[in-house]
Amino acid sequence: MEASLMNVQTQSPHDLPLRPPPGREERRRSWLMKLRKQRYLQVMALLGIVWMAVFCYVPMYGIIIAFKEYTITHSIADAPWVGLEHFRAFFEDEELGNVIRNTLGISLIKLVIGFPLPILFALFLNELRAMRFKKAVQTISYLPHFLSWVILGGILTTWLAETGLINNVLLSLHLIKEPISFLAEPSYFWSIVVTSDIWKELGWSAIIYLAAMAGVSPDLYEAATIDGAGRFQKMRYITLPCIRGTIAILFILAVSGILNSNFDQILVLRNSLNESASNVIDIYVYQTGLLSSRYSYSTAVGLIKSIIALILLLFANSVTKRLNNTSLF
Amino acid sequence: MLNRNRKTTGESVFDAFNVVLMLLVCFATLYPIWYVLVNSLNDGQDAMRGGIYWWPRILSLDSYRAVFESSGIMTAMGVTVAKTVLGTLIHVFFTAMVAYAFSRKQLIGRKIYMFIGTITMFFGGGLIPYFLVIRDLHLLDNFLVYIIPAMFSFFDLIIFVSFFREIPSGLEEAAEIDGANDLGIFLRIIIPVSMPVVATIALFHGVYQWNDYFTGMIFINEMDLQPIQTYLYRVVAESSSNQMAASMPGGINKNVTSQSIKLATMVVTTLPIVLVYPFLQKYFVKGMLIGSIKG
Repeated sequence: MEASLMNVQTQSPHDLPLRPPPGREERRRSWLMKLRKQRYLQVMALLGIVWMAVFCYVPMYGIIIAFKEYTITHSIADAPWVGLEHFRAFFEDEELGNVIRNTLGISLIKLVIGFPLPILFALFLNELRAMRFKKAVQTISYLPHFLSWVILGGILTTWLAETGLINNVLLSLHLIKEPISFLAEPSYFWSIVVTSDIWKELGWSAIIYLAAMAGVSPDLYEAATIDGAGRFQKMRYITLPCIRGTIAILFILAVSGILNSNFDQILVLRNSLNESASNVIDIYVYQTGLLSSRYSYSTAVGLIKSIIALILLLFANSVTKRLNNTSLF
Repeated sequence: MLNRNRKTTGESVFDAFNVVLMLLVCFATLYPIWYVLVNSLNDGQDAMRGGIYWWPRILSLDSYRAVFESSGIMTAMGVTVAKTVLGTLIHVFFTAMVAYAFSRKQLIGRKIYMFIGTITMFFGGGLIPYFLVIRDLHLLDNFLVYIIPAMFSFFDLIIFVSFFREIPSGLEEAAEIDGANDLGIFLRIIIPVSMPVVATIALFHGVYQWNDYFTGMIFINEMDLQPIQTYLYRVVAESSSNQMAASMPGGINKNVTSQSIKLATMVVTTLPIVLVYPFLQKYFVKGMLIGSIKG
């Protein structure tokens, strides 16, 4: 409160118009004076702009190689134009169907199962009465978020190996007769990816919802208690509606990321045997681009992905805006 | 809120069910990590037989000894520590500095700067154009590839900006009257009062640096510049235990297997993060909030 009141006064006296009719020349002079006064500030800001120019905008310019035949012997500008050749090649590639199926399949399952689960988890966690227990559960649940996919890949390959824990347990329960080589079997790949992703991020994703729940007014719960509402009813009719805005924002982000099927994770878990289920757009771009050096082609595929992602973001944003009056921008 | 009313049966059932559910979640989270730990602490040859679920059957630190005696692993560890410490310091300082400039309302061109930054959050060039930039800057096989391309993030800038906005402007004005320039104000006033958000971003970026294997994988060929995660990636994903075997000092111990060294390396790699994060969590929960609500 105090801070926001103070912020109103941040304009220093120099910003106020000096005399009633400042001429064009005079305004320019005061602008230059203002610029001189904030020269350190401008340098600090421009350093950031320079960094973004080099590491964000130069790569954006580099996208034009998608429309050229770029090889390392040319510079980007000198490479000959080939128009939409690479885009056509992608749509004729027999991998296309597979890549799209895997990308969308994995992402949609993650969206349908992985998106609501943290909300549910947060709802139940929020109902715990013992504060210390609640805190402990929270701390434990987001521990995996801090482990790298390489480590998790190591754990998973150990567990899922033919002599690993999962097979041992299944064998000793007589659920299977032969050990299964899970990571060599395409049909298991999606479930492994989705489950391990939920395992890693469940607690972490719940933090935002918990924080939003902490902001719900206790009066509402007291009123509901007096009206005779049970725990589930309070969850359903008070907590959930109160965190709708947060859910909407995160949903927009999840939808726009639908073509990002967690590159790090899949790179660790994929192998030549599960390729038919693990080849997603990002992996395909990496393989064709960096491993096979088809720079232009790979950039074209990446560009298609970026544009679809951008359209999805705008679409999800406008839908939630209309339904919920919440939006990202 | 103390609820002095007597609990109904339904409430008690719900509470009991909830506690059991939460204990299950905790178990599911911790057990895989515990499993790796006990197996790494077991004698390597014996662990191959399987069946080690709760405690080591034959306790042995040989795998850890092998890890610490392997020059390849220790070099990779050194690279990781160096890039995490340096990378985090520079990232936090640089991003905070730009954010401070962007947060000042009188900054001429502020709206344009913010617009330039916002675009970078939603659109990028993609892998290959980025790779070409890194190559043209001669950052391939160069330690600086861990530091410079990661020294700034617009997303982190937004978190900083929203925090800086809450700082009473009286502090800055007082320093200005004392003759401090903007850089001085940033260094002596803003940074010291912003420790919660600095700690948050430092933790986030530190974890990123520590866990990142992709940079080492595509931009670095030289073994001596590889971070530990890239090293592990090659062992885990490419299932080539040759690399580990090759880096082991000859004939150190027959009881050590490539699998047990892999597990021990995983534990050693994970330990620093597990030890640090409970201390910093009160900061980053708050930081996440700022980032999510206003971001």
